Amino acid sequence: MNTVNRAYPGESKWKGWFYLLPAFLVYLLFIFIPIIETFRASFFDWNGFTEARTFIGLENYINLFSDPLFMKAISNNLVFIIFYSIIPVLIGLLLSVLLTAQPIAGFSFFRTVLFLPQVISMVVVGVIWRWMFNPVSGPINQFLSLVSLDHWRQAWLGSFEYALPAVGSIGSWVQYGFCMVLFLAGMQRIPTEYYEAASLDGASSFRKFIHITLPGLRSEMGVAMITTMIAALRVFDLVYATTRGGPGETTLVTGFLIYRAAILNNRIGYGAAIATVLSIIILALAFLIRRFMREENGDQ
Amino acid sequence: MSLRWKNLLPRYLVLIVFMLIVLLPIWGMIASAFKTGTEVATSPFSLPENWTLQNFRQAWTVGKFNVFFKNSVIVTTAVVVGSVFLSTLSGYAFGQLPTPGKRLLFGIMLLGYMVPFEAVIIPLYNWMNALGLRNTYWALILPQVGLSVSFGTLWMSSFFENAPRELVDAATIDGCSRWQTLWLILCPLAKPASTTLIVLIFMWTWNEFLLALVMVQTESMRTLPVGLAFFQGKYTSNLPLMAAGAIIVALPTVLIYMIFQRFFIRGMLGGAIKG
Repeated sequence: MNTVNRAYPGESKWKGWFYLLPAFLVYLLFIFIPIIETFRASFFDWNGFTEARTFIGLENYINLFSDPLFMKAISNNLVFIIFYSIIPVLIGLLLSVLLTAQPIAGFSFFRTVLFLPQVISMVVVGVIWRWMFNPVSGPINQFLSLVSLDHWRQAWLGSFEYALPAVGSIGSWVQYGFCMVLFLAGMQRIPTEYYEAASLDGASSFRKFIHITLPGLRSEMGVAMITTMIAALRVFDLVYATTRGGPGETTLVTGFLIYRAAILNNRIGYGAAIATVLSIIILALAFLIRRFMREENGDQ
Repeated sequence: MSLRWKNLLPRYLVLIVFMLIVLLPIWGMIASAFKTGTEVATSPFSLPENWTLQNFRQAWTVGKFNVFFKNSVIVTTAVVVGSVFLSTLSGYAFGQLPTPGKRLLFGIMLLGYMVPFEAVIIPLYNWMNALGLRNTYWALILPQVGLSVSFGTLWMSSFFENAPRELVDAATIDGCSRWQTLWLILCPLAKPASTTLIVLIFMWTWNEFLLALVMVQTESMRTLPVGLAFFQGKYTSNLPLMAAGAIIVALPTVLIYMIFQRFFIRGMLGGAIKG
């Protein structure tokens, strides 16, 4: 958006609007106005059926922060950040270093396969892992029996203790290939001369990693962290397809709470307040990504 | 030789372990879909002893995956064609034309790219209800186009902005209108950018879940992911059947990914970075 586009002589400068308008109108009607409407609805008490909406100011928000369910959902989302974000970034770093330290046969095969979970529907991922975690016939429990760890067998997704980390680890499974591919792209931009110079100075691989690779990947790490954090905050499909928030409320997440409040229980205003809080958090994170990228461009 | 292998072996081992963690569950699903119920329980990852297509047949007809598949194809085609066409126009306006006020409009569009669907689903649900549009394709197509054009506009405008100016000016001097320049001169150049956009919007729409879950009540209007979610509730214990259903849902995106991998990865990284 930095270049100035000029109209040709005799051409109306408003011409662009005709090109812009169709997309903008669809966007305005079905996304932008609903965003505003969600925000507005969060100040009302409304069941969605009657005409009567009662303006209640910030009451939905006040109720929200004293609602143990919301607190449970938010804290579960925070736990998911560990699984969606921190673990995949670490694994992604490890794998990308292993793939690039020396030329390796099968490079593109590894990359293709590891990225695969990103393109599969989360409902399918849910079906796959419900089977993997199945208490009786699931491969994970079968494997534990095989290696004589029978006492580790669990009803993973049905257990109050293990359901949350179990669903979370599915998130790690989905995200680590994505992080790896992001880092691989970043590593290609680090000039090889840096490594050559370091080798001449006798630096170990570990020191090269700490002093060249990690700083070189700063913006990719920022992007990976934030993108996966956003995924952890908006998780819905996976929880729906695996536990539906159960057992009890152990895997309840904010996205599911919005669905439950507004769609299933007709508490429109309350659901809208949760959606607003979630969107604000996500927007703040998304702006952070853009800052990372701008720093990046400033460097070059 | 031996020193080289000493270095390589541990690296390969770690890589293979993480590759197997990804592949084994997927392979188990694929293998199960071709097995009978009794075989599945004993050896989850073995090749099927007697290959059977019975599970696919049953999922396709009894499980109504033929209907879900048709719905997904209709919705996805409409969304992809509509959003890519509209995004090309609007991206052109942002990247090549003067378009007063575009900074503001750009910011407004950016918002839609960043907020989650949860932020719009509640009013959309109420409106579609009031308009009697729930359980129609429109309720699935229009909001998804709205969301896709916000990303698509940003994506295409950055292509058009960097398109060679001399070429555009030359075309104009030769008497091309803006419209002709767009379709005759720039679109052939835009192929990589628009291919990426097509495969991304395809994947997002094909896998979209929340909107389709909320907007559709009747079974005959479900898309594949929602159909599979309900199917799972019904046939939890019949793994081969569920596996067949899951494969029907996943196969199209996996195939497209395999064919257009380069575009896919570039787009998803670019998308993340643009965020």
